[in-house]
Amino acid sequence: MAGFNRILIANRGEIACRVIRTARDMGYRTVAVYSEADADALHVRLADEAVPIGPAPVSESYLDADKLIEASRLSGADAVHPGYGFLSENADFARACANAGLTFIGPPPEAIELMGSKRLSKLAMEKAGVPCIPGYQGEDQSDDRLTAEAARIGFPLMVKASAGGGGKGMRLVDDPAALADALRAARSEALSAFGSDELILERAVQNPRHIEVQVFADDHGNVVHLGERDCSVQRRHQKVVEEAPSPFVSPELRAAMGQAAVNAARACAYRGAGTVEFLVDGDGNFYFLEMNTRLQVEHPVTELVTGLDLVEWQLRVAAGEKLPLTQDQIALTGWAMEARLYAEDPRHDFLPQTGRVLAWEVPHGPGLRVDHGLRAGQTVGPHFDPMLAKVIACGATRDEARRRLARAVEDTVLLGVKSNKAFLSGILRHPVFAAGDATTAFLSDHFADHPTLTPAPPPLRLRALAAALMHVGSARGIPGASGRVSWRNSTATPWHCRLDCDGEMHDLTLAVDSHAPHPRVTVRAGGETEVIELLEIAGDRCACLAGGVRRTIRFAFDGDVLHLDGPFGDIAFRDATRAAAGAAEDAAGSGRIVAPMDGRIVAIHAAPGDQVRKGQTLAVLEAMKMEHRLASDVDGTVAEIAVTAGDQVRIRQTLVTVAPTNA
Amino acid sequence: MPTLESRIDPNSAEFSANAQAMQAYIDAFRAIEAKVNEAAEAMRARYEKRGYIMPQDRLNLLLDPGSPFLEIGSLAGYKLHDDRDGTGAGGGCIAGIGHVSGIRAMVVVDNFAVKGGTISPTGLKKKLRLQEIALENKLPTVTLAQSGGANLAYATDVFIDGGRAFANQARMSAAGIPQVTVVHGSATAGGAYQPGLSDYIVMVKRQATTYLAGPPLLKAATGEVATDEELGGAEMHTQVSGVGDYLAQDDADGIRLAREIMAQLPWQEPRAEAPDFAEPLHPPEELLGVVPADPKVPYDCREIIARIADGSDYLDFKPEYDGQTVCGHIRIEGHPVGVIGNNGPITAAGAAKGGQFIQLCDQAGIPLLFLHNTTGFLVGTDAEQSGIIKHGSKMIQAVANARVPKISINVGGSYGAGNYAMCGRGFGPRFLFSWPNSRTSVMGGAQAGMVLRIVAEAKMRKAGAVDEDCLAAMERQTREMLDAQTTAIASTARVEDDGLIDPRDTRRVVAFALDICRAGDRRELTPNTFGIARF
Repeated sequence: MAGFNRILIANRGEIACRVIRTARDMGYRTVAVYSEADADALHVRLADEAVPIGPAPVSESYLDADKLIEASRLSGADAVHPGYGFLSENADFARACANAGLTFIGPPPEAIELMGSKRLSKLAMEKAGVPCIPGYQGEDQSDDRLTAEAARIGFPLMVKASAGGGGKGMRLVDDPAALADALRAARSEALSAFGSDELILERAVQNPRHIEVQVFADDHGNVVHLGERDCSVQRRHQKVVEEAPSPFVSPELRAAMGQAAVNAARACAYRGAGTVEFLVDGDGNFYFLEMNTRLQVEHPVTELVTGLDLVEWQLRVAAGEKLPLTQDQIALTGWAMEARLYAEDPRHDFLPQTGRVLAWEVPHGPGLRVDHGLRAGQTVGPHFDPMLAKVIACGATRDEARRRLARAVEDTVLLGVKSNKAFLSGILRHPVFAAGDATTAFLSDHFADHPTLTPAPPPLRLRALAAALMHVGSARGIPGASGRVSWRNSTATPWHCRLDCDGEMHDLTLAVDSHAPHPRVTVRAGGETEVIELLEIAGDRCACLAGGVRRTIRFAFDGDVLHLDGPFGDIAFRDATRAAAGAAEDAAGSGRIVAPMDGRIVAIHAAPGDQVRKGQTLAVLEAMKMEHRLASDVDGTVAEIAVTAGDQVRIRQTLVTVAPTNA
Repeated sequence: MPTLESRIDPNSAEFSANAQAMQAYIDAFRAIEAKVNEAAEAMRARYEKRGYIMPQDRLNLLLDPGSPFLEIGSLAGYKLHDDRDGTGAGGGCIAGIGHVSGIRAMVVVDNFAVKGGTISPTGLKKKLRLQEIALENKLPTVTLAQSGGANLAYATDVFIDGGRAFANQARMSAAGIPQVTVVHGSATAGGAYQPGLSDYIVMVKRQATTYLAGPPLLKAATGEVATDEELGGAEMHTQVSGVGDYLAQDDADGIRLAREIMAQLPWQEPRAEAPDFAEPLHPPEELLGVVPADPKVPYDCREIIARIADGSDYLDFKPEYDGQTVCGHIRIEGHPVGVIGNNGPITAAGAAKGGQFIQLCDQAGIPLLFLHNTTGFLVGTDAEQSGIIKHGSKMIQAVANARVPKISINVGGSYGAGNYAMCGRGFGPRFLFSWPNSRTSVMGGAQAGMVLRIVAEAKMRKAGAVDEDCLAAMERQTREMLDAQTTAIASTARVEDDGLIDPRDTRRVVAFALDICRAGDRRELTPNTFGIARF
């Protein structure tokens, strides 16, 4: 049947790169698609050809099925790989591909459709004998019925969008009194995210593990499972760290869950790669959660323990081949672990981050793999999911994989954009995680006060290094400055330096020893002293001696902003020593409400002349798929509203001006 | 090029004794510099309370962070005139050559925190020298002004030469060399013309006052009563009189504006690529111990050359012809340099060799570096009969007329006509720095005492009675007086050089100076006839 030669990858980022790699290795031609925001992206360069599909907003590009079909026609592609996210679980798109004569590399549309509905899929699973969580997935969506069903199921319970995924439209309700609010919020979120406000209710399984089983099916009636992945480390239902196998799963439990997953796939006449997600309680009871009808983000951990290439299997199955292996030929060897690197600031409520990538370097070594779609010089914009890369490690034992991954995450260099790498390393090095005891409650139980999540001023050593590097950087190229900082033939006095780090000003003084063999800088701030010797500066690496230890740190300049790869990832310092007078007026409490990042204004909640209180929401900004409330930072009167709903705004753009009451 | 070998063992006792002696000289002049800084530091709390930024901090704020700075005349005026405690070193200002917004500039910061920044006669001499450097090397000048003006005790001494400073400013403006002045404090009467004659004037709000007559003099002269701000405040001058061009909110803002103004000048030099030269094979740090502690012990000046030349490479010129005057080609941080040093007195042959070498360098456009360590021209019947005057004059002619940049470093002694032949101050080297152990004099103190004694003794003998005690006292006084006046510190205090340097900095100072000369000589100015007038 379906022979194909040229595969269009209807996706972007790391997964597009990942699919292109295997497709190319198997001899297929590859076609990338890209929006205006991705013109310079890595996946565009990796593919044999690439087709522009429109403006930056994903709704007008990667989510526009017509453009993707047209791109296939233009490029002569005869197959489409949807990746994950975007249209990968869109049955209409799968049908549209078929209608256009394209091989859709994924399951049949009917399976997508069935598993896309939480309610219908649960009914089907119950029918197939797959254990499900007690709940309600009926058609009657009235508040009364849902309230009555909630009482029957018992609290705590979960309210979920039937069409949902990825934690959106999902609410945990502890108390019957909170149900009405939760229903309302979940409906509106579900409607805007998935176009359907259908809800289901489920009993909340307390402190469960999230364990999923990878299944594969072909058109010849074969279904196998490739073992499980433990994705229990989640933050607000978003997976953070995944591993295979699960430290919790015994061979017996694996066999039982595997069989249940295979049954689930058979029940929906599945084809290709799929994942059956289960919640597993402390006694080893497991419940069907949902089935993802696509390749998962975390598929590499399965690849590393099975030694298989899941994309290769997808292409073989799509080409009509039989599965390459039978169930008893599939063995799991060693351990694999994956951490998701996000452009977000864990110390400020995981706010998504944007910026230009000044340096990007992935670690190499035994057992390491990094899947990414990033290039230095590229801009991480607000249009896409903030996941930048997956760092994956395997080893003979769980601890070896874990150690390697922790090192690899720490050694990943990303400058210009804040990331969650310190948070990831904190997880990987946490004793509870190391012991294999992490459940879905792990992060909320153990990371509330974790240093990687708590804003703190940068340590003096980092500030000192920043100041020293700024002096070196500013003098670069000046005759006589090479290899020395602030050389002078006479007796010098210390330099004053003011650093702006995330809006906080840090004053320090620098005294330079002109005669030391390497630039030697003594930095003082508020009674503290730090001596730093810059041993070698080569490109974007600085080897320095501080506190008796030599370390190498990466840095990059972006105009007058210096980015350092600090203990908490990218940290940016701006030299504010010579800032214009009055520049400090932007501090909190000014009444000037600015956009915290690039995004779109979705709502304005104030009008000129309104009396507002500090903390009152004035506008809502949507960026990176999240809605951000922008609150007044003073009590006062709204003086000006510079934007209207629907406006695209830039970071630091003034949106609303409030005249403070007592000013 | 052949590489110089050193005969000096840095692990020897002799080396460490030499280094110790040199370190003592360095410590002595560093202590003076530190004392001036300490005197200013003692006033910090008082001035900062009034919103002023301290002079050294102003300098650092003005300069590009991390950039090098070649200070000129840090000891000018030391213990001269009424400077009894020595804090007058620097002559009321901190000045030198550094980079502002990427542009090499002459930078002058009035040291208002020490003695009110008043200008002594030596301070004026220093300012005139700074202007000379700026003119010769086409350096834009940034002045951060806040001075009590001329020291009234010496007002008559500085009155006429003070006019020369203003004339220089007008000529620099006409030559096309921009001058930026930030007025941080008072600039009264004569002091008002320093900013007035600048091409760009920044005035700091509520601090700057500039007028021909302040309120007291005005009341005395005409009876008019006026406030400081009405008479010459920054706001008045920027809004009404038009004397000021830019209004700064405070000291820091004024300096920021000066940097912004400089950044507008299309004076940036192409940034140096990665330096393409080798460091000396023999480390410059060893210059501490190369020179014998006893100035009477001779040494080979190639030991110094080996520690300042790129890769210690050196092509000796006519080494067999005369051993006392050493000439040769080296490079310093990539700059080709003809270096002339002394291993003894200058002979007729040495003068001829030196004169020829200078002409060769002039022909090839190679800058000259003079390492002074000479007791002068050789004397004696043989010397006179060999025509030492004729040959010496030839060398002096060559030195005076060579068109290439000349840089002098006094590394030991610069005596008598040897000082002229080696391009002493009178011959206008582009820069002249001294090691702290050096001496500059028409002759040695001991020799001068002896000469006086011989002349006086002959006179006494003719008169009939020789008073031995009187002769001894005369000889001692002459020797002591000359010795005291000819030390490196005394000479630099009189602005007879551009400053003392740590011998270890020699290579860097010379390289920096050569950079300045080269950039200046390459710079094409856009002169005008009358300078920029403020209409």
